[in-house]
Amino acid sequence: MMVTMKKTSNAEDRHPFWDQADQLRKNKTAMAGLIIILVFVVCAILAPVLSPHNPIEASLYDQLKPPVWYEAGTSKNLLGTDDLGRDILSRILYGARVSLLVAVVSVGIAFFTGSLLGAISGYFKGFIDNIIMRIMDIILAFPHILLAIVMVAYLGPSLKNAMIAIGVIYIPRFARIVRGSVMEECEKDYVAAARAIGAKDMRIIFNAIFPNCLGPLIVQTTLGFASAILDAAALSFLGLGAQPPTPEWGAMIAMGRSLILRAWWVMTIPGLAILFAVLGFNLFGDGLRDALDPRMRD
Amino acid sequence: MMKKSGICLIALIFLFTGAAFAGSPQKGGTLVFGRGGDSVGLDPAYETDGNSFMVCDNVYEALVAYADESTNLEPGLAESWKISDDGKKYTFHLRKGVKFHDGTPFNADAVVFSIGRMMKERNVKFLDPKMKIPPQERPPEYWVSMEMDDTIGSIEAVDEYTVVFNLKRVEAPFLANMGMDFADIISPTAFLENPKEFLRNPVGTGPFKFVKWVKDDRIILEKNKNYWDKSGGPYLDKVVFRCIPENSVRFLELKTGNIHICQFPNAADIPMAKKDPNLKLISQPGMNIGYLSFNHTKPLWEDVHLRRAIAYAIDRKAIVDNIYQGMGQVAKNPIPPTMWGYNDDIEDYPHDPELAKKELKKAGYPDGKGLPEITLWSMPVPRPYNPEGLKVGVAMISDLSKIGVKARIVSYDWGTYLKRQREQPEDMDLFQLGWTGDNGDPDNFLAVLFDGLASPSVRTQWKNEKYHDLMLKGKQTVDQAKRAQIYKQALKLIHDEVAVISVAHSTVIWPALNNVANFKLHPTASVRMKNVWLE
Amino acid sequence: MSSSGRSNHKLWNQKLMLPYILRRILIMIPTLLGVSIIVFFMLHVTPGDPAELLLGERATDEALLQLREHLGLNEPLYIQYGMFLKRLLKGDLGETIWTRQKVWIEVKQRFPATIELSIAALIISCVFGIFFGIVSATKQYSILDYLSMIGALVGVSMPIFWLGLVLMLIFSLHLGWLPMSGRLSIGIELETITNIYSLDALLTGNWAAFKDAVWHLVLPAFTLSTIPMAIVARMTRSSMLEVLKQDYIKTARAKGLSRFAVTMKHAFRNALIPVVTTIGLQFGVLMGGAILTETIFAWPGVGKWMYDAVMQRDYMVIQGGTLFIAAMFVTINLVVDVLYAVINPRISVR
Repeated sequence: MMVTMKKTSNAEDRHPFWDQADQLRKNKTAMAGLIIILVFVVCAILAPVLSPHNPIEASLYDQLKPPVWYEAGTSKNLLGTDDLGRDILSRILYGARVSLLVAVVSVGIAFFTGSLLGAISGYFKGFIDNIIMRIMDIILAFPHILLAIVMVAYLGPSLKNAMIAIGVIYIPRFARIVRGSVMEECEKDYVAAARAIGAKDMRIIFNAIFPNCLGPLIVQTTLGFASAILDAAALSFLGLGAQPPTPEWGAMIAMGRSLILRAWWVMTIPGLAILFAVLGFNLFGDGLRDALDPRMRD
Repeated sequence: MMKKSGICLIALIFLFTGAAFAGSPQKGGTLVFGRGGDSVGLDPAYETDGNSFMVCDNVYEALVAYADESTNLEPGLAESWKISDDGKKYTFHLRKGVKFHDGTPFNADAVVFSIGRMMKERNVKFLDPKMKIPPQERPPEYWVSMEMDDTIGSIEAVDEYTVVFNLKRVEAPFLANMGMDFADIISPTAFLENPKEFLRNPVGTGPFKFVKWVKDDRIILEKNKNYWDKSGGPYLDKVVFRCIPENSVRFLELKTGNIHICQFPNAADIPMAKKDPNLKLISQPGMNIGYLSFNHTKPLWEDVHLRRAIAYAIDRKAIVDNIYQGMGQVAKNPIPPTMWGYNDDIEDYPHDPELAKKELKKAGYPDGKGLPEITLWSMPVPRPYNPEGLKVGVAMISDLSKIGVKARIVSYDWGTYLKRQREQPEDMDLFQLGWTGDNGDPDNFLAVLFDGLASPSVRTQWKNEKYHDLMLKGKQTVDQAKRAQIYKQALKLIHDEVAVISVAHSTVIWPALNNVANFKLHPTASVRMKNVWLE
Repeated sequence: MSSSGRSNHKLWNQKLMLPYILRRILIMIPTLLGVSIIVFFMLHVTPGDPAELLLGERATDEALLQLREHLGLNEPLYIQYGMFLKRLLKGDLGETIWTRQKVWIEVKQRFPATIELSIAALIISCVFGIFFGIVSATKQYSILDYLSMIGALVGVSMPIFWLGLVLMLIFSLHLGWLPMSGRLSIGIELETITNIYSLDALLTGNWAAFKDAVWHLVLPAFTLSTIPMAIVARMTRSSMLEVLKQDYIKTARAKGLSRFAVTMKHAFRNALIPVVTTIGLQFGVLMGGAILTETIFAWPGVGKWMYDAVMQRDYMVIQGGTLFIAAMFVTINLVVDVLYAVINPRISVR
């Protein structure tokens, strides 16, 4: 995990960023991922425009309409309705908003807290490092979904608390990257020099060290988006995340579960949405890793 | 079409012949009952959940018994009883010649032991001076929550087959309480042998004996060959309670014939059960109420117009039709229609958004203007009186939004929900909850649920002096006809004041294989296998 | 996930191994204590308590007070935690709140179910993961490679709770091939020894029960195996590719050894090392996945047990169970790290 970005020597005097961007553009899987992500983001932003119906309003006598390709299906509800008569397509589109929000917020929490803790840990070493790393061990000493369940039980089930819980359990991922990188950079002369001329500790970390581990951090962030969407859906599936009537994909699966004998589409369609969104981030994250993280390359 | 009606005809013939056979019980066979969860324990004094009681119902008996499909009282282990004129002394004459499954004879000491062990201060008198009750493992929850310590003063064994209960106060529902599960009689010998393990090795006098318990899987009971009542069952050799948590899976197991009765199927699966010629539906209106109440501690809800606006706005029929899937009936009183004291003269609030808007205007919020966003608490778990609290909540906020009232669903996990609801917090406006009756007495609904002046434990915290007086009068009157009048008045008061919106009484519908005969659902949700046989 | 990344190269010296293991075990203790403290305090300050849940709608203040008193919930938290530690030192995990049973007995009943499920899932993920990994590596940039790597990505992107339900929909409901849930069919009787049903059936020579138990395992085990399978496949591929580039492979090929022999004998053996580590680390993924899989397939293991306990606020189960799971987790990570050191030939050469 302690990978740092190596400055590749360039014949031309070009910033390595462009090399990486080229690399990324050539990577078919990464581009496929990017397209999926873009579709997903567009759905999220334009949900109110694209949705044919209100995703929340129940219309009880329209319940369990099958998708349009069934005989009983109508073009009014392309993907059918759930047992409260709500349009599934609209709920899926609005669900993209919820998932995007979850991904950004929970990974954001993990990114900032983790980077900060990692930087402190790696820079000051010794006792502080020990304490922080033991806490990270505690978080890692446990199947993370179970820890998230306990945390949400403590905070109360809601989307907000699910995001916090996921954010907390992702902290070690980021903390470790930054810590390793900081430790490595601290050995180098320029840091000692900066210190000697009296630069502030925090400034050294942010100006000199941080940019060097940005590569792995970006990769981890993208992959973190993917797993955050999955974990949030799992929590909502267990009734611990988004509360009704929020159109959240995991919660939609949970609600459709009791209809498995009667209306398969209520449960199946949101799962496909999750799969695609997560796949998009994973594909892109993989491509990024190849481009930004030469050591991890095959 | 011809083909279909042919099948129907055959099904009908089957039904009729089945009905013809129903007269002649057949002995033998194993019945597998599929249910959603495992029992917690099998010591009736300490259990609180239906899955535990349903096994206890077949292993134990109480002094008085409820009739097959109602809560009318019948002699149980007591052949007869006498109530003193002041209503404070109950003398039970016990059945002779009854033995527990372990051979211990059933007598007055067993009764004193079984009931006396739940008392905080053991004011008991045994015949056998050596009998002693070990200390309680934990508080007997039902006993405590029904405040039995404030009712029962002492229990005495007068002779081998006579027990006297001396009450501290007149308590009209007392006899009915003695038919509830917690008042079951257990074998003192078996209990004393190993008090800690009794809940896993139950011994009673009932029609079935406990054999084996595989955790989270099955509980096996076998026929009690020496059952005292020779007039009917038990007919079955064995009864197996299987635990299959997922409703759809349990229903499929029934369809494949692996289980005989499927408890609590998904409402959505009932139409499939109706179509299946191998299945029949056993139903019974449950003795329950699912309600939506107001946070009466909040000044906002002091206005009866606002409460009435909500009552008019919510389309309860749509909820019962589509979320209960017809497994229920719209309620107009918060007690079930089968219960005495039910007030049928009450005009229900119709679903009428226009009337709702008028009331809203009278309350000072024309079209909802000026009314802050309100919260609607919805139960996260299925309860017998409301299969899908969250979905009901979603439907309700949709209805409210149509009259301009903005509402938001709030839900916690069940434990938090129960706890926070009792605290009547500021952020709770409307809440869903409900009740399943224990003993068929209206007091068990009306006082427990709505008399906020009686105790801070009352969930609705509706405080109304007149209502409180009616409840006290109801408890202290012994004559049932007079009590019925009192409760009718109380129901009228609830209706006029819109103390609560009674949403629905759920009907319990359990599909079963066609060869299950004489299985009757009890309104209290107890499951009795005594008179059931397989064809 | 594990701390193997931080491993110090010097420790591969056999003499240093024992102190290393001891040190790791010593570090384990504060970690486990930390886990139990965090879980304990978090759950105890959570509003819903077991008394509330046991009494349900009919809870009265008096009944709640008495029950809390009895359960010791009225004591200050640090005293409650102290009591827990005191019992723990005596090797006693206490008694569950709901079923009033020794926690240890419940663990013994449920743990084998999880073990059975996890091992089955691990076997499936190793067999398929390694197979696809090798195929991909030897046929790099072929259609097969692309397909299996995209498959692996789909695998890690799969919401497994959904996959479980979809598999159930297809294989149990529509095709009727496999049972929907549980561990044994209703008519099947089995004498239990280890509580790992498939093993018990073999030990007692009960073929009908064995077939039935395995049949019940297929769907949950496959569901649980998807993510580890994908990870193993990717790891095998990249590790194989690295080894295949090495000189000695080229030499072996030059010597005229068949491609298959080279792949299996030389390359695969060396490529296996990081794969083994990866496999070891999958236990963590499996334990987490078990919670969801067990809930869906009504598999009575520790995952479902823990989840139910959190929902029912059975503090005793949660305290005992978390400690048990965390201990397993940390121990497995330790074993993986040690194994890594032992089997890594490149390091012993140095």
